[in-house]
Amino acid sequence: MTDELVTSMFVDMLGARLYSQRVFNLQRQGRAGTNAPIDGSEALVVGAAFALNPTLDWILPQYRELVGLERFGSDVLDRYVLYCIGHPDGGHIPAPTRVWPPQISLATQVPHAVGLAWGMKQAGEEGCTLVFLGDGSTSEGDFYEACNFAGVLDAPVIVVVVNNGWAISTPTTSQTRAKNFAEKSHAFGFPGVTVDGTDAIAVYEAVADARSRAVAGAGPTLIEAVTYRLGPHTTADDPTRYVPPDELNAAKDPIEVMRSEMQRRGLWRQEWEDDIVSQADARMEKAVVAAEATPLEPSEMFNHVYDQPTPRLVRQRSEFEAKS
Amino acid sequence: MTQMNMVEAINHTLHQEMARDDRVMVFGEDVALNGGVFRATEGLLDSYGSGRVVDTPLAEAVIAGTAVGLAAAGMVPVPEIQFLGFSYQAFHQIAGQIARLRYRTRGRFDVPITIRSPFGGGVRTPELHSESLEAQYANIPGLKIVLPASAADAKGLLTTAIRDPNPVLFLEPLRGYRMIKGEVPEGEHTVPFGRARTVSEGTDVVIITWSFQVELSRRAAVQLAEEGISVRVVDLRTLVPLDTDAIVEAVEACGRVVVVQEAPETNGFASEIIATINDQAFYSLEAPVQRVSGYDTPYPVGMLEDHFVPDVDRIVAAVRRAVEVEA
Repeated sequence: MTDELVTSMFVDMLGARLYSQRVFNLQRQGRAGTNAPIDGSEALVVGAAFALNPTLDWILPQYRELVGLERFGSDVLDRYVLYCIGHPDGGHIPAPTRVWPPQISLATQVPHAVGLAWGMKQAGEEGCTLVFLGDGSTSEGDFYEACNFAGVLDAPVIVVVVNNGWAISTPTTSQTRAKNFAEKSHAFGFPGVTVDGTDAIAVYEAVADARSRAVAGAGPTLIEAVTYRLGPHTTADDPTRYVPPDELNAAKDPIEVMRSEMQRRGLWRQEWEDDIVSQADARMEKAVVAAEATPLEPSEMFNHVYDQPTPRLVRQRSEFEAKS
Repeated sequence: MTQMNMVEAINHTLHQEMARDDRVMVFGEDVALNGGVFRATEGLLDSYGSGRVVDTPLAEAVIAGTAVGLAAAGMVPVPEIQFLGFSYQAFHQIAGQIARLRYRTRGRFDVPITIRSPFGGGVRTPELHSESLEAQYANIPGLKIVLPASAADAKGLLTTAIRDPNPVLFLEPLRGYRMIKGEVPEGEHTVPFGRARTVSEGTDVVIITWSFQVELSRRAAVQLAEEGISVRVVDLRTLVPLDTDAIVEAVEACGRVVVVQEAPETNGFASEIIATINDQAFYSLEAPVQRVSGYDTPYPVGMLEDHFVPDVDRIVAAVRRAVEVEA
C-alpha cells in the first residue's frame, strides 16, 4: 500500500470523526435532529470507500457512515448535514455521486443493494455495490433474504457487516449464537471473511478482493468488520447505562491505529495533523453555514410524492398555501 | 379486437411491453418456468430469456426490495406477489421503501415499479390467499392503486402502469381471471389513471365500486332493471389517483348511492368514497349512502367465504334500501 494512499485514508478518517462530532454538537445545540456518531467505524468506512471505484460502484449506507464517504464526492457530507438538520434535500445526494441517503429501517438497504447489483449486471455495467449494515441488523429477515438471493444471482455485491459490539444496548451475544458474523455466508454459498475493522488497510484489502470477485462475475462476498462502538448509539443514547467501562477502555481506536501506521512510515507530524484537522473544520463550517442557509418553503412538503401530483395533492397543497 | 379472459389479457400485455422495452423485467415466485401459478406470465421465459424473466427465491420482501435496486439501475421492474395476502411479508419494503424512494431522494430516482398481485376471494383458496388489502395500500402516499375490472382495462391499465415512472400496485381479481371475458384491442392500448368508467347507465341509483365487485354490481343492475329501478354502475378503476369528479357527477345525477367493496367494513376504501361524497356532493344526496362490504372478521375459510364476500343479493338489497328513502 502506497504512502499516498495511507495518507489519503487517514485524512478522510480524521475528517469523518470531526464531521461526526460537529453534527453531534449541532444536535446538542438544538440545531440538528437525532444522529448517530461514527466513532469506531472510521477505518472500515474509509477503507471500504477507497477500495471501490466512485465512478462505477455504489455505496448503500445505513446511517452512521456518511461522514466517511468524502472519497465518493463532497456532496455526500453536504447533504448529510442537511439531512441531520431536517431539510428534505438532505435525502437527495445528486447524480453522479453513487451514494444512497441514510437508511433508517434496518437491513432494508440490503435487498436494494442486491437489486441494484443485479440490474447493473443485467445492463452489462462493470461496477458493484457495497452495503453497510450493523451486527444487530443481521437478525433482520431482509439480511437473510437478500444475501440468499444475491448468492443465487451471483450478484456483484459486497455486504459489509459492521460488528461494533452493540445494537443500541444489546450485545452481539444476544443477537446470535454463531461464532462470528462472517460464517453466516456459508448458508448463502459465498465467501465470508472477518477483518479488523479498526485497520483501514486490512479493510481496504478485503474490500478490494471482494470487488475483484464481484466484477469478475464470481458473486458476492460478506465482510465482517470488527470494531467497537466508541460513542453512544445516537445523540439520544446513554451508553454508561450498559457499556462496561473496562471493555470500552480496552477498545482500539481506529484513528490511533492509523496514526501509528503513519508514524511507522515516517509520514506523521503533529503540525501536519493539526493542519488537516483545521482544514476539515473549515470545510465542515462551510457545510453547516450552507445547510442552515438553504431555503425551505413548507409547501415543498408536497413535492416528489409522485412525478406529477395527484388531484388530491394539488388540492391539499393549494389549501395549505392559502392557510399559510 | 380479440376475445380474451382477464388473465389472457394480462399475459398478452406483458408480452407486448417486454417486446417494446427491454428494460422490463418480470420476476417472482414461479413466474418463469411455470409461467405463473395462474399462467399470467406464460411464455415470457421462452420469448425474453432467463435474464429478464426470473424465478426468485421464496421471499416476498426481497422480491419487493430488489425492485428498488433494479429501478435505480434503470430497469422497469414488474414483480409478482403470488397472492396479495403474501404481501404482509413484503409490506415494509412496499410501504416503507418503494412508496418513499422518490420522496426521500427528492426525485433522484424514478420508481417505475409495477407490483402485480391477484387478490380477493371466492375461489376456495387456503388461508391468506384472499385478502383485499387495497385500503391499507391506498393509505400509503407514493403508491398508485390500480384495479382492472374488465379484460380490456386489464390491458390498458397494465400498459399504463408499466410505463408510469411511479410505483403501482396492480391488483388483479383472482375470481375474475377466467370468468371475466371481453374484447381486447390487439394493438397499442392505454387507459389513463384516475378516470372512472361508467359500466352501465342509470338514473335512480349509482353503485360505485371496483374490481370484481363491478361484475357483481352489473348483474345486480340487470336484475333491478326488471323491477323498474334504473341503476348506474361506476367502476373507479384506480383508487389512487381517485376520480373525484366522476363520483360527484354520478351522485349529482342519481342522488342515491351504494358503495360496494369486498374488504372488511371498517376502514375500507368505501369509507373514503363516502367521505368524499360528504365533502363534495352532500347536498345532492336524497338518501344515506349505503355500503356493502365484507364483515369485520378475518377472511374466513372455504365453507364460510360465500357468506362473507358481497354477492348480488346483498347489492340488490342495498340498492332497494337506498331507493326506499323518501326524498
